[in-house]
Amino acid sequence: MDLDLLSNILYAMVRTGTPLLLVALGELLCEKSGVLNLGQEGMMLFGAVIGFIVALSSGSLWLGVLLAIVAGMLLALLFAAVALGFNANQVATGLALTIFGVGLSTFVGAAWVGKPLAGFEPIAIPLLSEIPLLGRMLFAQDALVYLSFALFAGVAWLLLKSRIGLIIQAVGENPDAASAMGLPVLRVRTLAVLFGGAMAGLAGGYLSLAYTPMWAENMSAGRGWIALALVVFASWRVLRVLLGAYLFGLASILHLVAQGIGLSIPANLLAMLPYLATIVVLVLLSRDALKTRLFAPLSLGQPWQPGH
Amino acid sequence: MLLSLEPRGQQSRAMLWLSPLLAALLTLASGSLLFALLGHDPLDTLHTLLVAPLADWYGVSELLVKALPILLCALGLAVAYQARIWNIGAEGQLLLGALAGSAMALQLLDWDSRWALLWVVAAGTAAGAAWAGLSAWLRTVFNANEILTSIMLNYIALNLLLFFVHGPLKDPAGFNFPESAMFGDASRLPLLGDDGRLHAGLYLALLTLAAVWVLLHRSFLGFQIKVLGLDRRAAGFVGFREKRLVWFALLLSGALAGLAGVGEVAGPIGQLVPQVSPGYGYAAITVAFLGRLNPLGILAASLLMALLYLGGEHAQMAMNLPQAITQLFQGLMLFFLLACDVLILYRPRLQLNWGRRSALKQVVA
Repeated sequence: MDLDLLSNILYAMVRTGTPLLLVALGELLCEKSGVLNLGQEGMMLFGAVIGFIVALSSGSLWLGVLLAIVAGMLLALLFAAVALGFNANQVATGLALTIFGVGLSTFVGAAWVGKPLAGFEPIAIPLLSEIPLLGRMLFAQDALVYLSFALFAGVAWLLLKSRIGLIIQAVGENPDAASAMGLPVLRVRTLAVLFGGAMAGLAGGYLSLAYTPMWAENMSAGRGWIALALVVFASWRVLRVLLGAYLFGLASILHLVAQGIGLSIPANLLAMLPYLATIVVLVLLSRDALKTRLFAPLSLGQPWQPGH
Repeated sequence: MLLSLEPRGQQSRAMLWLSPLLAALLTLASGSLLFALLGHDPLDTLHTLLVAPLADWYGVSELLVKALPILLCALGLAVAYQARIWNIGAEGQLLLGALAGSAMALQLLDWDSRWALLWVVAAGTAAGAAWAGLSAWLRTVFNANEILTSIMLNYIALNLLLFFVHGPLKDPAGFNFPESAMFGDASRLPLLGDDGRLHAGLYLALLTLAAVWVLLHRSFLGFQIKVLGLDRRAAGFVGFREKRLVWFALLLSGALAGLAGVGEVAGPIGQLVPQVSPGYGYAAITVAFLGRLNPLGILAASLLMALLYLGGEHAQMAMNLPQAITQLFQGLMLFFLLACDVLILYRPRLQLNWGRRSALKQVVA
């Protein structure tokens, strides 16, 4: 395989992995605080459609990105109100959020399907982008990909080095003890859920403003769910989330690679690959039940109210 | 907070059934608000959406046609959810049922015997069960989370169906449209009555309804499933075999979803097409919860959901509203339901001095 092709594959891998990385980072933080939000797909789609509509009608891509983030947070707020405020089952609430988000985005975006938009263009950083093999992958991406690098660094620092990270993990491991120490458990969890919503909204915005600048219903195509699997795959460790996101990115562009080398496999069969890969990875990672239980935040998915 | 929640100490049975009604009302109220914002007269729109479709017998029969697959899927999901096994894969299981049933029907095009239908239905049901069985296998052997595997299998099933309908199962005489040939009459579910599309699947659905009711409310197996759902450890202590129950719940819900799928292709559609289901398998999740995982509740909820589908089509034709209104209402309703469910275990209290009193009460209690 020649160097150019490989460099292109690496470039596409990062591009395709970026939405997964963004959602998974948000969900990681959220799960670290003990909340399982299965609504990623819904928040992502709502972010995508709102971002697209705003960018197209205002002419400003960045305003679109901003509103995509706000849209994700709005839905996350809904989740927080029901799952944290009203103590509802988190699995059911997350499902409701996805069903609602899919419906809402399709409804809102019905008149915007197929409209063209000039999305984010790649920005090649002089010199650095000419490094063989890795230059294109790391230094010739669009602005949102660079933003995702920064956000990764931010979340990693937050979780691994900061006091806030400790607080989040304390709340996620043992909310009773955290509460007894005077930590505002529900407030921490609400903020974590909101952060997750912001990241999912941003990921949606990335899809509709940079990755494929257009709106199509259900355009996230299960990426929100794959990101959830990714967090399990990463055993709740932030570095592995990065690795996993790009690995899944690679799995999703394999059909392009196959076309590149001249294999002819029907498109529908190749489109299954990322989903198959997710299952395989889940199987490999979950086989050891004890390990999964050790790495998962202890109170993950369990409702908690003060004073019980 | 001004509004505080006070534990009731026990479930309120009244709220258990009032909550879905409240959720439906809240959905209608917020729907009306939405219509008003979009510049439609709310009452008019609600009439178009929920009343006008049922004006004649044809409308009622269409309602039943749409309710059948939702009812079947939701009944299966209810059994799984009672055991707290989160099968989200009814959509994929339904699609695979439709695919396998179609493959069988296309094999039997020339067989002019009623047995053909039996084979077609059996193939679809078995395929749905097998698809859910994959999730059961991955969960019991590899400990893989069934939510994620069943969702992934939905996407795989859809692509599989698309592959077959664009490839091996495409009608050779069909001008290259992505459709299979029409099934033979012997493989079709017979129609009930001369008017409309209502078919014998109705009997199958009612039979299933009764069977699931007996299973959940009158059988030891159903009891084991409920205990497993309430407390996994307790179920283990009394010696209920968790893995077998997981297998059973998933296979059953998959089989019913598969039956729903084959019922669609052998019933109203009559051939394999790319769009077998407008998300019936996802709607069934809402229906299962709305019906309180109880067969009779699910019957009512699936009729309501079918009405939303029917009304969505109606509103699109009559008022040019996007059909996604159906999904939007689905999501809203499930949300409101979960929010209202807080009233089953908690009593809302208006509080004037910032919740301190309730905190005190909780300490005393």
